[in-house]
Amino acid sequence: MAAAPNDDSLTDSGSLLEASGLAKHFGPVVALRSADLRVRGGEIHALMGANGAGKSTLVKILTGALTADGGTIRLGGRARTFRSTSEARKAGLICVYQDPSLLPDLTVLQNLILTATPISSFRRYLADLGLGGFDLSTMPRELARPTLSLLDLARALAIEPQLLLLDEITASLPADLTSRVFSVARQLRAEGRSVIFISHRLAEVSALCDRATVLRDGKTVGVVEPAQGGEERIVKLMLGPVAEEVAAEAASPSTPATGAVAVEVRDLKAGTLNGVSFTLRFGEVLGVAALEGQGEKELFDCMAGVRRPESGQILVGGKARSFGHPADAIRAGLVLIPADRLQALLRQRSVRENIALPFVNRIARWGPINPRREKRRVATAVKRLQIDTRVTSEVRRLSGGNQQKVGIARWLAGGFKTLLCFDPTRGIDIGTKRQIYGLVKELAANGSAVLLFTSELPEIQLACNRVIVLFGGELVDEMPASDADERALLRAAHGLPSEEGE
Amino acid sequence: MATAAAAAPRTSGIRFGRAARRYGWTIAVYALFAVLMVVTLIIKPDYGAFEWNTLTLAALPLAFAATAQTIVVLSGGIDLSVGPLMALANVLALRAMLGHDLGYSLIVALIVLLEVTLAGALNGAIIVLTRVPDIVITLATSFIWAGLALLVLAKPTPGVPFDFQNLAQGSTLSAWIPNALLLLLVIPLVWIPLRRSRAGLAIYAVGSDRNAAFRSGVNLGLSRVLAYAVGGFFAACGGLALSMTTGVGSPLAGTYYTLSGVSAIVLGGVSLAGGRGGMLGPVAAAYILSLIPAVLIYLGIDPNYGQMIQGVLIVIVVMIGGLGVVLRRA
Repeated sequence: MAAAPNDDSLTDSGSLLEASGLAKHFGPVVALRSADLRVRGGEIHALMGANGAGKSTLVKILTGALTADGGTIRLGGRARTFRSTSEARKAGLICVYQDPSLLPDLTVLQNLILTATPISSFRRYLADLGLGGFDLSTMPRELARPTLSLLDLARALAIEPQLLLLDEITASLPADLTSRVFSVARQLRAEGRSVIFISHRLAEVSALCDRATVLRDGKTVGVVEPAQGGEERIVKLMLGPVAEEVAAEAASPSTPATGAVAVEVRDLKAGTLNGVSFTLRFGEVLGVAALEGQGEKELFDCMAGVRRPESGQILVGGKARSFGHPADAIRAGLVLIPADRLQALLRQRSVRENIALPFVNRIARWGPINPRREKRRVATAVKRLQIDTRVTSEVRRLSGGNQQKVGIARWLAGGFKTLLCFDPTRGIDIGTKRQIYGLVKELAANGSAVLLFTSELPEIQLACNRVIVLFGGELVDEMPASDADERALLRAAHGLPSEEGE
Repeated sequence: MATAAAAAPRTSGIRFGRAARRYGWTIAVYALFAVLMVVTLIIKPDYGAFEWNTLTLAALPLAFAATAQTIVVLSGGIDLSVGPLMALANVLALRAMLGHDLGYSLIVALIVLLEVTLAGALNGAIIVLTRVPDIVITLATSFIWAGLALLVLAKPTPGVPFDFQNLAQGSTLSAWIPNALLLLLVIPLVWIPLRRSRAGLAIYAVGSDRNAAFRSGVNLGLSRVLAYAVGGFFAACGGLALSMTTGVGSPLAGTYYTLSGVSAIVLGGVSLAGGRGGMLGPVAAAYILSLIPAVLIYLGIDPNYGQMIQGVLIVIVVMIGGLGVVLRRA
């Protein structure tokens, strides 16, 4: 499907960019172990990897936003280290990010002056992208997101880079603008320049890219040509061998739930979320699988009363409800466990106060707090969750896993009907993860309804009965957990059809 | 949809609308000042050149204090030491000028400008290097500058050379164009070239979106230090303005100007979050804040109510501004 690359550039053995053994860690967290990347001149090269595989760290190192702890970068055969983005720019390396880096409070012209961008060349590329005659005195803050992306791209092109990095730029672009970006990328390739293309959309990668480098856990695990049916290999490489182990562990997928409907969502629209409908029953854990930014955040925020939907309905127990405040949702029995635990907890207060907070609010109203009753209910919750601490200690001294348990414990003590878990195990160790999933399953078995989003797809099978998949703000697939192995989820979450044909 | 938004129409109507949106606040501040002046003329029909001169003298140090704060706030910071920096400039100038002629005083003024600019740069450098929040550092340095000022001059002392005072106090050109009004020209003389340079854009950039500024290749630390240094320069101007308008060197003169400067920039439409605003608004706001006590005196009301009115005015004005933003989004 990809246009035949220029033969001269392919036979040219010298790579434009050769990065090998790049490593980077932040404190104890290893972001990049050993990444290798070779990009030829006149090539569009995809960089693939699941969330947390190290793509963005690699991009930041290549463009000088971060310095590597180890490894080498050679550009045009010469070893280079970039200490700042402007150094990388001067060497002809520039990146366009998913969130445009134009300054919102300077006019477009001032933005160009700030980065010493040649204006006539900027205008020419802008015309190529379909924005001829653009008014440069506009302020980026007054512009729509897709327009900003194109301006940012034109600004990068205007310095005539040897190597252009596109970091998920298509994620916020509608299809017609995406095709304009593609044609510009192909034009660069025809001129013998190179593009590194990062996208979660496999279809885009196979349509545009000559080769793809796949990262997993901070390491380069393979280089694939996506055009010749390489998609499957890319998915396999991204998953790694661990996926099969996890699948084996999920031995007993729970049976589909038949309880009463807890929550029904009808045609909900908010931001990226574009008309999603589903039902959540008592006694089940319903998984939500999605790559980042497919509307999953908006869905949870609407259901938890954090934001108002633009249209659509949320029915709780058959009655349409409108939540203007999280307190309304909590009253209706819908409680949220956010990914960032410290968003929900008072980190400097004791475990007991944190657990008691929601029900103090209710039992005591504004009167005095009954310490005995508080103590008893907190003790029950702590015991049930095996929170590893003395109850009076400050929440910030606990490990992430225990903090998350406190977050759940507060609702156990306070009472709820539906638990909305938004990536509750982000950054938590495996042992505690298992405990949390066990707990979530147990809660459902005891009659609660649970909606669970996790950014780690293999875990869906561990915890859920049923899965819905969001892509581009729409519900694209629904399957029982038994079918939801990581490969099926990954395909669906990348907007590919399920692989029945094979 | 995106294409429609992108192909910005060049009709004059839209242009006008956008200009009104972008500069609306500044225009409104000047309108408010005009209204207050009209009210003043109604209350006091014999308001003349003398009263106008008094107003410009009162507003001059505050206008510089506001300017000093504006540039720091535009870079996304805050400087709680503007007042003490002014006092420091004021007492340094008095100590050196005492008993000398105009020529000597002007040289002293230049040296003081340089010294206090460096003090401002030091504020910025400490903030950038230690990564301690700006509000903490400048609170701490405000005590240091205030202490230094007291060491230089223990108590208020008159003696600023008259020729130097007359730089602000006279009306050389015409009775309605007092020198104190002309001295405000220092602001555009420094500000306009800076604003048009890449360094000035970088100051806006770090205040507007630090991450995007970094990706655009802006040197964040240097830009912030520059903002504090220029802030120090304008604080020094404010201190010298105090010397000219009062004739006195006073180590405690600055205290009023730190927070009044912040009031003036809020009133003048500078976003405390950084990156948005200009110099025209805060200068007009300085005039408004200086006019209020005068109006109260004309009305026979205790001018100490001025502070309360200032407080109420800030809340109301900022509330109306916020309402405007909400309505525009709806």
